[in-house]
Amino acid sequence: MLTFDKKLDDDKDYQKDKQWKDETRKNCKERRNSFSNLSGMEINPLYSPFDLENTDFERDIGYPGEFPYTRGVHRNLYRGRLWTMRQFSGFASPEETNRRYHYLLKNGQNGLSVAFDMPTLMGYDSDDPISLGEVGRCGVAVDTLADMEVIFKGIPLDKISTSMTINGPAPIFLAMYIAVAQKQGVPIEKIRGTLQNDILKEYIAQKEWIFPPEPSMKLIVDTIEYGMKHTPKWNTVSISGYHIREAGANAVQELAFTLADGFAYVEAAIERGMDVDSFAPRLSFFFNSHNNFFEEIAKFRAARRIWAKRMKEKYGAKDPKSLMLRFHTQTAGCTLTAQQPENNIIRVAYQAMAASLGGTQSLHTNSMDETLSLPTEKAVKISLRTQQVLAHETGVTDTVDPLAGSYYVENLTGRMEEECEKYFTRIEHYGGVIEAIKKGFFQREIAHSAYMQQKKIDKKEDIIVGVNEFVDKDEDIEIQILKIDPHIEEKKVKELKELKSSRDQDVLKEKLDRIKQAAQNDENLMYSILDAVNVYASMGEIVQALKEVYGTYREPVIF
Amino acid sequence: MEKIKVLVAKPGLDGHDRGAKVVARALRDAGIEVIYTGLHQTPEMIAEAALQEDVNFVALSILSGAHMTIFPRVLDKLREKGIDDIVLTGGGIIPADDMKTLHEMGVGKLFGPGTSLEEIVNYFQETSKKKEVVVS
Amino acid sequence: MKSDNKIEELMEGLFNKDKRALSRIITMVESDKPEYYSILKEIYGHTGKAYRIGITGPPGAGKSTLVNILAKQIKDRGNEVGIVAVDPTSPFTGGALLGDRIRMTGLLKDPHIFMRSMASRGSTGGIARTTTHVADVMDAYGFDVIIIETVGVGQLELDVAGAVDTTVVVLVPEAGSSIQAMKAGLIEIADIFAINKADREGAETLKFELQDALSLMPAIKNKGWDLPVKLTVALDGTGIKELVDTIYTHKTHLEDTDHLNTSRMNQKKVNIIEIMKHRIENQLWLNPELEPTLKRLSNLSMEGKIDPFTAANTFLKSAKVLNVNIDASFLHK
Repeated sequence: MLTFDKKLDDDKDYQKDKQWKDETRKNCKERRNSFSNLSGMEINPLYSPFDLENTDFERDIGYPGEFPYTRGVHRNLYRGRLWTMRQFSGFASPEETNRRYHYLLKNGQNGLSVAFDMPTLMGYDSDDPISLGEVGRCGVAVDTLADMEVIFKGIPLDKISTSMTINGPAPIFLAMYIAVAQKQGVPIEKIRGTLQNDILKEYIAQKEWIFPPEPSMKLIVDTIEYGMKHTPKWNTVSISGYHIREAGANAVQELAFTLADGFAYVEAAIERGMDVDSFAPRLSFFFNSHNNFFEEIAKFRAARRIWAKRMKEKYGAKDPKSLMLRFHTQTAGCTLTAQQPENNIIRVAYQAMAASLGGTQSLHTNSMDETLSLPTEKAVKISLRTQQVLAHETGVTDTVDPLAGSYYVENLTGRMEEECEKYFTRIEHYGGVIEAIKKGFFQREIAHSAYMQQKKIDKKEDIIVGVNEFVDKDEDIEIQILKIDPHIEEKKVKELKELKSSRDQDVLKEKLDRIKQAAQNDENLMYSILDAVNVYASMGEIVQALKEVYGTYREPVIF
Repeated sequence: MEKIKVLVAKPGLDGHDRGAKVVARALRDAGIEVIYTGLHQTPEMIAEAALQEDVNFVALSILSGAHMTIFPRVLDKLREKGIDDIVLTGGGIIPADDMKTLHEMGVGKLFGPGTSLEEIVNYFQETSKKKEVVVS
Repeated sequence: MKSDNKIEELMEGLFNKDKRALSRIITMVESDKPEYYSILKEIYGHTGKAYRIGITGPPGAGKSTLVNILAKQIKDRGNEVGIVAVDPTSPFTGGALLGDRIRMTGLLKDPHIFMRSMASRGSTGGIARTTTHVADVMDAYGFDVIIIETVGVGQLELDVAGAVDTTVVVLVPEAGSSIQAMKAGLIEIADIFAINKADREGAETLKFELQDALSLMPAIKNKGWDLPVKLTVALDGTGIKELVDTIYTHKTHLEDTDHLNTSRMNQKKVNIIEIMKHRIENQLWLNPELEPTLKRLSNLSMEGKIDPFTAANTFLKSAKVLNVNIDASFLHK
């Protein structure tokens, strides 16, 4: 089998290569002192076979659909089926959300994606004083099963797949979804969809946590275990690097921290006594696609390779599905600029192309106006069209992993893997992901990286078009702002209060006490939560019951 | 010149603290004393912290779209405590029209995405100098 | 910046328990400017009532969380509590990032608790002086208990110990291996050890190590007080009641044995020395005329024409360090 050329001093080709590079370095003036990507890796003027001396074709690259899956998890990738164009969106009230879903389904979409509002994400009911002013703002407010019934009214849950972006209170939402399916008469083994359910990245980056890490991990393993037994088509965890990147991490950090989180879930489930192949096929990933084109592509390729190798070698996975890293991608929200917002269309297009060349399974493209407010309809349409142009006009989908064998891309993929392994070692030194979180390791790395990125932009070491170069003086940004009706909150609170007082309080108390008892006895909580949501216990009440057993998380002080 | 003291706060439930932390560090590196409150602060907590810490500025980072609720409420709470010489400022995703409305209410300069750290640091330094002139 | 408020008005506010006045006066005192010394003179007669507790230990020991819960429990025993949380100033930029409030969230709605963050600002030693002065202002305002929290970085913790009645040194189980190096300084200042995060591995071991070390130490300062080692988990409140009880026991011990007076006399002594040092330093460094003299002396010393001792003497003479005009007749009364 082919291996790449070794650096042998008496090799004529190597001598030529070396000579060319040395002379170029010496004689050619460059427009900047050094070239490096966003992870701080230095980029050479040229890559050649001699930059791949550590790469072994069979071991590291191989074929699509085969170990180590560097070239993709599918044999024929987009020649078979294009990626899913899944645009994430949220609407203020359950009724509006339901109307919107019917519209989307009528227009040929078959996957739904639910964005929840801030109080819901944090485990507070709409009538909690702390929720004031935030109900229904960044997504839909869901308090009880009644809301979920409204959201999915008239939508047969055996016919669609639903993605729910929720973490802290995730098991409660899986339970509510199951309850809706049962009420519809849909056998629960038929429901399909994805629960984000990735609490580790919340401690690391997005800060939407509720309980301390250990009980949170227990809850996630509960959903994994329950899913394995009862909802085999449900993706139980979507391990997310997107938010880690948005919080300021660079590409290597995004890759390393996300995979480390993934392995932490695998270890926790194995520790529960589950066979790795029983749950690993249902783990999926969610990455960010940022500005540096080749760096991003290398990141996606390296992600698949590292996952496959570790799952096989360290965790003994045998099912090919356990080894395949499938991922959703969203273009990087943090690269959008408020200045000259139209430029964002171009950024998004390149980022989307990187994701497709990286072999993503589904993609969300951001809208150009998202630094200013929630996107307008027109902006959303352009972002969707961007994906369609990419898929149907550019031809990048015609062959699988077209950049494989590029000296640069393979070199970068290899370096991504190496840097990632260094981070794994450091995390192990801290005693694993959770200990590293408690000691603020990730938070410190990310805060530092974010600060350095901003300093580079300030010093014009990194150019952002329209922001620190090619600036339009006196630019007047005119943009339509999406206003949220403030009465939605009042209405939601009123309805919730009415519903809460209409319930049988004794039954409610019994169900909530049962949850506490199950938590104290370390039972799988999915069953008692399912019982509670069925008597319309609210999400906030269930969270409160669990807080009484588990306490709440407090972040270490890190800058 | 006396030390400039700034209270940097994240109000509401939103946890996106990248901006708040980057700005806090930049201010520290410019010789300013920064008191960081952490996440999930209510307007009452922010105003009370401003009082106890006797800061010159309160800087809020809001990305959740709740700025039209939060800024006026912090302003009210500060005034309730008899504080009228602290500059309330901040940043986040805040449309120009809203910035204008808030400014008319008495909120100081607000910074949107793409602002350089230098511009932010300058604002704090220049504003405190101006205030000093007015007072003495 | 805030000189528009008349000092007299603020003083009146302070004695009427106006928190805004308290806060303002702290800013003045903290600025360490001679023009505000009148404030300290005036409030001096109103101090001495508050009991002062120092909490110190290495970074990451969970001090803020511990202070948070201590303050709450001390308040629940019927006290008004003032907290001063000191963090180091960046030596490179003069700025500081003070994050202790993140941990104190639970207290901030409580009208009986007041918390102030403080950057260490000046040079070594200076922090003990300004902290004492800030604590004096809080004392005059009428807090029953004042908690001073400092990060144990070098000299800071040792300095602040001289300004409080009870010093609690906070350690974490991981400190086990480094304890040998630290123990001399720490044992000297500690009245109580708290091993926080005691739910982690190694807490008991550290406790025994410490107790062993203590039993081997000569009775340098124990004055009939056996240094207790307490296990706490500040996050969930484990061991906090016992820690508060121990602080109270130490207080009673000091009062019963008259050590409180000795200790406070020592605090006064430290404070007087610090004020003198500060004045002398100001006289030396804030006088622009002295800079050229120092430069000349350095040059001469460099050229080998004068030794450093003679240079220092010459400098002190020209700085008139000892030429302070005060009526010292009270000394002989």
